Amino acid sequence: MEEQSQLAQYLPVLMLGVLAVAFSFGMLVVSVIVGKKGKRSPIKDTAYECGMLPIGEGGGRFSVKFYLVAMLFILFDIEVVFLYPWAVVYREMLKQNGGLILGAMLSFLGILFVGYIYAVKKRAFDWKS
Amino acid sequence: MAQALTNWFQAPGAQFALFSALKILCVFSVLMFIVAYAVWVERKVSAAIQDRRGPNRVGIFGFLQPAADAVKAFLKEDFTPAHVRKAYYWLAPAIVMIPSLLTVAIIPFGSQLGHQKMVIADLNVGILYTFGIVSLGVYGIVLAGYASNSKYPFLGGIRSSAQMISYEIAMGMSVVPLFLLAGRLNLGAVIAYQAGGWLDWFIFKQPLAFVIFLAAMFAETNRLPFDLPEAEQELAGGYNVEYSSMKFALFFMGEYASMAVSAGMLVTLFLGGWTLPFAGLDQPAQTIAAGLLHIAIFLGKMLFVVFMVIWVRWMWPRFRYDQLMDLGWRRFIPLALANIVITAVFLWWKA
Repeated sequence: MEEQSQLAQYLPVLMLGVLAVAFSFGMLVVSVIVGKKGKRSPIKDTAYECGMLPIGEGGGRFSVKFYLVAMLFILFDIEVVFLYPWAVVYREMLKQNGGLILGAMLSFLGILFVGYIYAVKKRAFDWKS
Repeated sequence: MAQALTNWFQAPGAQFALFSALKILCVFSVLMFIVAYAVWVERKVSAAIQDRRGPNRVGIFGFLQPAADAVKAFLKEDFTPAHVRKAYYWLAPAIVMIPSLLTVAIIPFGSQLGHQKMVIADLNVGILYTFGIVSLGVYGIVLAGYASNSKYPFLGGIRSSAQMISYEIAMGMSVVPLFLLAGRLNLGAVIAYQAGGWLDWFIFKQPLAFVIFLAAMFAETNRLPFDLPEAEQELAGGYNVEYSSMKFALFFMGEYASMAVSAGMLVTLFLGGWTLPFAGLDQPAQTIAAGLLHIAIFLGKMLFVVFMVIWVRWMWPRFRYDQLMDLGWRRFIPLALANIVITAVFLWWKA
């Protein structure tokens, strides 16, 4: 088989994507067509809260902790992505300049870890209080 | 006309597209079959564990139960309550389903049949593609919680988002040592690295990474002991409370599909994929029979992992939310970091 271009490799992914989208939305549409048609009623239209009448809007205020987790996630996730290129070239680089590649990543992880310790000390991951 | 068709078929691009389409259809049907019967197995296993009988009315041993469930899901009333945000309410079930179907693209489910590699897309970014797609899975559940505009789904959705992104970091970090050793992100290369003997499997070479990845896999697929997004006792079902009919069923199919696909991922990364370390089964197949055997080996390992996930669900209680966050952020992340550093220093010392 001849060498495929980088982009051509993604053709199957695209085909699978089309199938996945068609399947998911197809299911939804079919269920609307063949499903039972019922009557609406005010009670049926209320939000489900185990039979109690709902008080106030759905989805009100929620803990600020969730925002904090989201921000920390973005920071750490980017750092995880940075680790992958390093991991891939690591063994090759060890043959040429082992100390450099190890030291570079150790210092990166060190700085990352200081930030992590700071977040722990600031009780960012403490959900009990 | 026939001549033109033959010519078209012999063009390499057309053959590639055709074989890809064939592979996609086969994988998709097998995956859907596994999804349907994982539900059946789940009900049977839970019944056995709780000393009940489980489904036994539709067909022998209730074997046609998934078909009956599907018909029922289609025929039920597809009700859209008045208080929901309509567009998102419709999108959410599909968005839960699509990423779990897309992840399957890069999992090598066999070595080769003839000259065709048994993987839908042999991408060289490999695992990065997986993490990219898995991240999208969060959207479906968050969107379902937001779109429902109701308290239980909202809490379920918001909890789930924090849980899934937390464990995504642990998951991403846990597999870095694997790629330190294998040297390539392509999953075929990871399997090739694990060929040779039992001890070359990453479950034995990187047991800590395996433990973290396994736990993160449970959390990412919202399975017990991490099923806080659903949490029947507190949230009455969580993010899917306001859904009915096929929309509700799509959430479940999405959950089981992502369970099956992440089981395949676990097998590929840690359990040697389609290889078995004897009788030459760890080398790419030369004959069709050997190729089929490799697919069978992969499916066997994968179904074992799926069974284990189901088993765990009926054996373990649920974590509390603070325990969940504590485990993810304060235990797994430092452990995974330490594992990376230890592996790197070990390789450096050896070189």
